[in-house]
Amino acid sequence: MKTVFKRPDSLKNVQTHFCPGCHHGSVHRLVAEALDEHKIRSETIGVASVGCSVFLYGYFDVDVIESPHGRAPAVATGAKRARPDRIVFTYQGDGDLAAIGMSEIIHAANRGEDFTVIFVNNTTYGMTGGQMAPTTLPGQKTSTSPYGRDVKNDGAPFKMAELLAQLEGVAFTARVAVNNPKNVLQAKKMISTAFRYQVEKKGFSFIEVLASCPTNWGMQPLAANQRVSDEMIPYFPLGIYRNTANL
Amino acid sequence: MSVNETGKVFIKGNEAVAMAALEAGCKCYFGYPITPQSDIPEYLSRELVKRGGVFIQAESEIGAINMLLGASATGVRAMTSSSGPGISLKQEGISYMAGAELPGVIVDIMRAGPGLGGIDASQADYFQATRGGGHGGYRIIVLAPASVQEMYDLTMLAFDLSDQYRIPALVLADSAIGQMKESIVLNARKQISLPDKSWAVRGRAGDDQQNVVKSLYLGDGEMEAFHWKMHARYQTLSDYECRWEEVMTTDAKLIVTAFGSTSRIAKTAITMAREEGLKVGLMRPISLFPFPKKAYAQLSDHCKYFLDIELSTGQMIDDVRLSVARDAEVFFYGRPPGAGSLPTPEELLEQIKKFYQTVISHQGD
Repeated sequence: MKTVFKRPDSLKNVQTHFCPGCHHGSVHRLVAEALDEHKIRSETIGVASVGCSVFLYGYFDVDVIESPHGRAPAVATGAKRARPDRIVFTYQGDGDLAAIGMSEIIHAANRGEDFTVIFVNNTTYGMTGGQMAPTTLPGQKTSTSPYGRDVKNDGAPFKMAELLAQLEGVAFTARVAVNNPKNVLQAKKMISTAFRYQVEKKGFSFIEVLASCPTNWGMQPLAANQRVSDEMIPYFPLGIYRNTANL
Repeated sequence: MSVNETGKVFIKGNEAVAMAALEAGCKCYFGYPITPQSDIPEYLSRELVKRGGVFIQAESEIGAINMLLGASATGVRAMTSSSGPGISLKQEGISYMAGAELPGVIVDIMRAGPGLGGIDASQADYFQATRGGGHGGYRIIVLAPASVQEMYDLTMLAFDLSDQYRIPALVLADSAIGQMKESIVLNARKQISLPDKSWAVRGRAGDDQQNVVKSLYLGDGEMEAFHWKMHARYQTLSDYECRWEEVMTTDAKLIVTAFGSTSRIAKTAITMAREEGLKVGLMRPISLFPFPKKAYAQLSDHCKYFLDIELSTGQMIDDVRLSVARDAEVFFYGRPPGAGSLPTPEELLEQIKKFYQTVISHQGD
């Protein structure tokens, strides 16, 4: 009998702590599928960040280093430079990567560090209870922007996939979503490409995943999926922003 | 740099640190420019890379310490260095390393502070170094060289102790020792047996065990158990790894105590005092954590008067007072750091004579 669907070997057979409707589970699965596809599980080192993604080691069956908040690209730099024959990825949220960790991500990307960054953008700080993030949309209400994000006060949301695409050291940046089957298939392809570039030692690869956070958005999972299409994708368009294969 | 006929080289303290790192098998160095330690990254940017190692000038001290964390987590020997303001930035990473039981060597060439302070020699970061420095309650190994030779020897020792105990190790010097040139012997790395790094994160190839380097403990009792485990390890350090130097303490009526650069000046001053017939000795702690408490306690069995000298308003004096017998008295002479505050031997001799008079008046001749 042909197996048409199974748990990726790179994922552990455990329940996650993620809330109902949260997209982290889907993103975890896509990353695990990429590790399986390229047969790199046994040589992979994951770098967990601070936030809902901190339990990476509980779900991925790979070696993991836990990083201080925002510092995952620096930790990954140290690990990859020390062990250049290993596959290294960071998995970071928007507060982690685009606020407290902006310096680390920009500089790692600019050095062209040969690792992969999975950036989960759900426009809020999930773990701490839904505060305003650097990617919170204009007008979006959060627990620390109760009147809606005011661009005059808080600045405009960072578009990280576009921003990093300006840097010469970057091999690949793309923005994807996982809120419907079509987008999931596209995300799978992009995440696989990012890891393939690392296997081929092409340099820094970056995937921004637009994700839902139904709990902190105060939405049902299906409504949250819809918000990704209705509000997030118009502001954060999907697509490839830099691909050295095309340069 | 050339080796002279006696087998010695004439180098700066900071260069000795960098050369010791190479000899110790340091594979990765991550740093950021700051005076007065920049000779260390400058040297390693040339020499470490030649030997196939990794040198990165990081975007910040925060970047550098986290690169050290990442490299060290994979099991290689790695180092960073900085001075006051940069060491403050590194405290976050040092706390995470302590929490994850990661080895790693940090070199602190102290300068005056707080804030931007100045670039003159200082010992005012004693508390920051010996009390952990970052959040959460932990200790790191702290070694305090007083010569260029010790910059070399103690840097190598820092790598060994850090690997052995899985605790970050700090080499605590200052601009006087870092910038001073002396002739030293480049001792070969000691071949000692160290525990293997089976905990290291290298990918699962080989052992197929999942290794996780982390400092998050959420389960009932896990964090508490971690603290007691580390407390016991700190106690083991205290039992076996205290290092100090005593000079003419056997018959001393007054024991001067100082570490690092200050102890050098104090050593000259007590020699001058001896020439004038004063029974004065020197107790110099080399390991500041673990602090050689028992050695102080034993000294205070026969000598009841100590004179603590520091380039601060008094920090190590707390440890000295906690270590000596309850009936011992600890005097203090401090020169807070800054331009012109490094005392001369004559100045310390004057202080020694003053306090010696007090001792004689209490005790008789």
